[in-house]
Amino acid sequence: MIEVREKIDVAIIGAGHAGCEAALACARLGLETVMFTMSADNIAFMPCNPHIGGSSKGHLVREIDALGGEMGKNIDKTFLQSKMLNTSKGPAVHSLRCQADKMEYSKAMRKVLEEQEHLYIKQAEVTELLFEDTDDEDLKKEGYTKVITGVKIFSGIIYEAKAVIICTGTYLKSRCLTGEAITYSGPNGLLPSNYLSDSLIKAGIELRRFKTGTPARMDGNSIDYSKMSEQFGDTPVIPFSFDTDPADVQRPQVSCYLTYTNEKTHEIIRKNIDRSPIYAGIIEGVGPRYCPSIEDKVVKFPDHDRHHVFVEPEGTYTNEVYIDGMSSSLPEDVQIAMYRTVPGLENCKIVKSAYAIEYDCLCPGQLHPTLEIKNVRGLFSAGQVNGSSGYEEAAAQGLYAGINASMQILGKEYLTIDRSEGYIGVLVDDLVTKENFEPYRMMTSRAEYRLLLRQDNADIRLRGKGHEVGLISDEKYEKLLKKEEMINAEVKRLKETTVGANARIQEFMEKCGSSSLKTATSLAELICRPELNYDLIAEIDPDRKELPADVIEQVEITIRYEGYIERQQRQVDQFRKLEKKLIPADINYDDVSSLRLEARQKLEKFRPTNIGQASRIGGVNPADVSVLIIYLDSLHRGTENDK
Amino acid sequence: MSSVLNNFNDDTICAIATAMSDAGIGIIRVSGKEALTICDKIYVSPKKEHTLLTHKPNTIKYGYICNDQGDIVDEVMISFMKGPHSYTREDVIEINSHGGMLVMNEILSLLLAKGCRLAEPGEFTKRAFLSGRIDLTKAEAVMDIIGAQNKFALDSSRAQLQGSIYKEVKALREDILYQMAYIESAIDDPESYDLTGYSDKLKEKVTAMSEKIRKLLKTADEGKIRKDGIKTVIIGKPNAGKSSLLNALSGNERAIVTDIAGTTRDVIEETVRLDDIILNLIDTAGIRDTEDLIEKIGVDKAKEKVEEADLCLYIIDSTSEIDEEDKQISSLCADKKTIVILNKNDLTGDIKISKDILPMLFSGSEPVDFPVITTSLLNGEGIEELKRAITELFLGGEIAPKQEIYITNLRHKELLSKTVESLALVIDSIEKDLSEDFYTVDLTNAYVYLGEIIGEEIGDDLAEEIFSKFCMGK
Repeated sequence: MIEVREKIDVAIIGAGHAGCEAALACARLGLETVMFTMSADNIAFMPCNPHIGGSSKGHLVREIDALGGEMGKNIDKTFLQSKMLNTSKGPAVHSLRCQADKMEYSKAMRKVLEEQEHLYIKQAEVTELLFEDTDDEDLKKEGYTKVITGVKIFSGIIYEAKAVIICTGTYLKSRCLTGEAITYSGPNGLLPSNYLSDSLIKAGIELRRFKTGTPARMDGNSIDYSKMSEQFGDTPVIPFSFDTDPADVQRPQVSCYLTYTNEKTHEIIRKNIDRSPIYAGIIEGVGPRYCPSIEDKVVKFPDHDRHHVFVEPEGTYTNEVYIDGMSSSLPEDVQIAMYRTVPGLENCKIVKSAYAIEYDCLCPGQLHPTLEIKNVRGLFSAGQVNGSSGYEEAAAQGLYAGINASMQILGKEYLTIDRSEGYIGVLVDDLVTKENFEPYRMMTSRAEYRLLLRQDNADIRLRGKGHEVGLISDEKYEKLLKKEEMINAEVKRLKETTVGANARIQEFMEKCGSSSLKTATSLAELICRPELNYDLIAEIDPDRKELPADVIEQVEITIRYEGYIERQQRQVDQFRKLEKKLIPADINYDDVSSLRLEARQKLEKFRPTNIGQASRIGGVNPADVSVLIIYLDSLHRGTENDK
Repeated sequence: MSSVLNNFNDDTICAIATAMSDAGIGIIRVSGKEALTICDKIYVSPKKEHTLLTHKPNTIKYGYICNDQGDIVDEVMISFMKGPHSYTREDVIEINSHGGMLVMNEILSLLLAKGCRLAEPGEFTKRAFLSGRIDLTKAEAVMDIIGAQNKFALDSSRAQLQGSIYKEVKALREDILYQMAYIESAIDDPESYDLTGYSDKLKEKVTAMSEKIRKLLKTADEGKIRKDGIKTVIIGKPNAGKSSLLNALSGNERAIVTDIAGTTRDVIEETVRLDDIILNLIDTAGIRDTEDLIEKIGVDKAKEKVEEADLCLYIIDSTSEIDEEDKQISSLCADKKTIVILNKNDLTGDIKISKDILPMLFSGSEPVDFPVITTSLLNGEGIEELKRAITELFLGGEIAPKQEIYITNLRHKELLSKTVESLALVIDSIEKDLSEDFYTVDLTNAYVYLGEIIGEEIGDDLAEEIFSKFCMGK
């Protein structure tokens, strides 16, 4: 065949949630982008659960939106139900979750991609990465040994690219298991990608095997919902995107249903556990602890007599429902017996059996904090292929990698988000710094500074960065600045406005069930009382101007949790001190002979960019870090002396 | 660049490890790769041979230190500890010489001339730390042992070196970690972890932890007094017997006259050891020179001095009447720990003031309950009683059993105080009925503060701070 060469800027391998965000980011920043997919009809496909968001994942979606990504806007267009979770807890753990119409979600995203300038969707399997060794001394000093030059697809056509972003999800050499039945396919019977792994290995990239699983899909007509409790969405609906007009998302919602497993269910699972491919040792990949299969739950929590099961719609285009909470890789006959013990599922008909999927992914310790492969200049990777799990985690990485690949090509400064700035920062840092032995799932507990990293202030935290890289327009950014101004002015006003301890006020206090005032008290202090809030005190605050709901929300949180926010901010200041101590890219850890061997090996493996990151590497203890700090100080003093 | 690396860990360092005085023997310590070869150049065996290179580890060799001309500088014993079985985990040589300053300095100069570098303060211990031989608390304890002034301070520093604080703090930290983990698990996986009634349980646990730390902190005050001594000022009218008291204190117990001005913020002129307690007397000069502190430095200044002190010894001549001047002095020390000493300054005079003097003496202030002791300092009478009163006042009269942990380090004390504050904030959050995710903000702080004590959390300049306080040669 004649060699055909196309010249582009960026090649995105994969059109899942990571691929879509990566492709859009690059194209929107003006780079000629090609997004390769095995199936153009399955763009932004949701092969597992039908929701976007949820605890801590909702934070990611908000952050993606703040930075100029698409996920939030797309779910706002296509949700079937929306709910703010954890509202009984503090604002840090509130999290938005939407049930998606899977088909509509995919179609809406495809439309956005197709309408995007500089972006071209190509249905083809990328089989090879093209790269060459580098002679550039500067690049070598930064640890690069190779430079990416492009990709080759199955037909042999070559796309010369300045950057390549791997977003292959669970498709690399994947196989699906339902008990003893094994299919060599991607999720939902789609084609696997069987060649790229070898090319990655050739580039010097270390791969490993992970697994994840999904529950059965059932025919909705076979389910008796009267035995379950109906779960409604919220009214009013709060949109995911900061740019969506709340009025546009108030529409009829579809319900989910809650039921439970019971002892009978568990009995069947226990009796057949030896037929589970995981427990039988057929699966070699490591599964996620935090998204356990029903058999894992039964084995790990033997004292729990029941587990939640949510029955959720897959979309309006189908009767199919998703059985959340009961993913499994048991054989189909066991699955049928097991599901039919659950109230409401006695006569259930399984459309698609639950299965586990195993796939190749890379060890993300090989990545820079920009999500670029350390030794291959221009090769980025994002999403499940980095050992994470979840649509939101994938999308966040896709956006982050897309931006940074673009920044590299455009010769601009990389986007950095540290652990104190966003869940995305936590996600990326955890991936590149810690040895994850199972698919990584975002969780609230992973964020140390979560009181500052709320879903409600993602715009305040990150829009500036989105604007800086060029994905947030001036207009949107100015809107944010105005919002901040309003918040600050109102907080100031409430702190400075006092009410006297006069009869009218005392009467009001009594009416609200609040203790009477002893002296003149500021409105801010009143808001801090648990039984009062901003709305309630309107009566004694005649001077207030009408403000948008999102401004009031920020004002109230700022005032009410001021002490906590301040203390957390001090923790952040402490954290930043170590982040600011940079480690030279060409450090030779053998020179730091007083490091323990294990620490030296780990530092050599991860090559952290700063002391803070070094301190988070497993196997590097605080004493090692102190050694490193003293070493760097002496290095620093040395260079000063040399001058 | 290479010079920097040398500085970091390739140098062989040396220093005089014993006190800088003309003692009986002195030790010069050498540590580093070249320790043996450098020492070999200046050492000769009784047969005048350079035989150090064949020196067996962990043995002592007798011989001489010679200068370049071959003259014997001193007769020495040399011990050799081969790395990593040494304090610094490097090769270490200790030269036991005769302790004269002149001799030791000459040996040191020879070592420097042959390629050693003079150790920075604390550098030996720093190397021990850097090599992973000791953790940060132990390093601090080494520093404390070196600086220990009395037996108590030494004991508690030694206990610390054995890791008693480490164990206690580590246990507290584990308790906190467990609670944090539980909350986090419940937030992320509410189906498997139930938080109903949890806050009450947590409140109980946090209260118990605070109590434990408060106890430790109490030992800190006591520990500080035992370790650093009691800052004491003697006040009284002219001729009340201030200098007699000073002489009685120092004369009886062999006063240690120290020259440590500038090492602390306060000018301590004399240190007197009374068994387990050290009195650091401030502004004794005033007493010695003029017999009258107030006259010499003025009332304001005197007030300042009294305020600085932990203890006022207020001496009154019991053979004279109380007058305005006495009242003026009493107003200075009314709110301090004070011991009133009624001294019979004159062997023959009549006693005009008795032990129930307090209400009258302190008539201008809130009622006080100071110990009143009668003495006859010229006879040395009453000193024992005074000592008991001081012990009673500061240590509750008990000499605590040795096994107990004492917090004697200021850094530890500050961190423990911060821990207690954080735990109080946790309780505050529980009482305000805030949800569990708020508790972790302050639990985390408590956890980190405790971690900083035992070096399991990284303070960015902690290591430097600790080692810069070290003494030379340790």
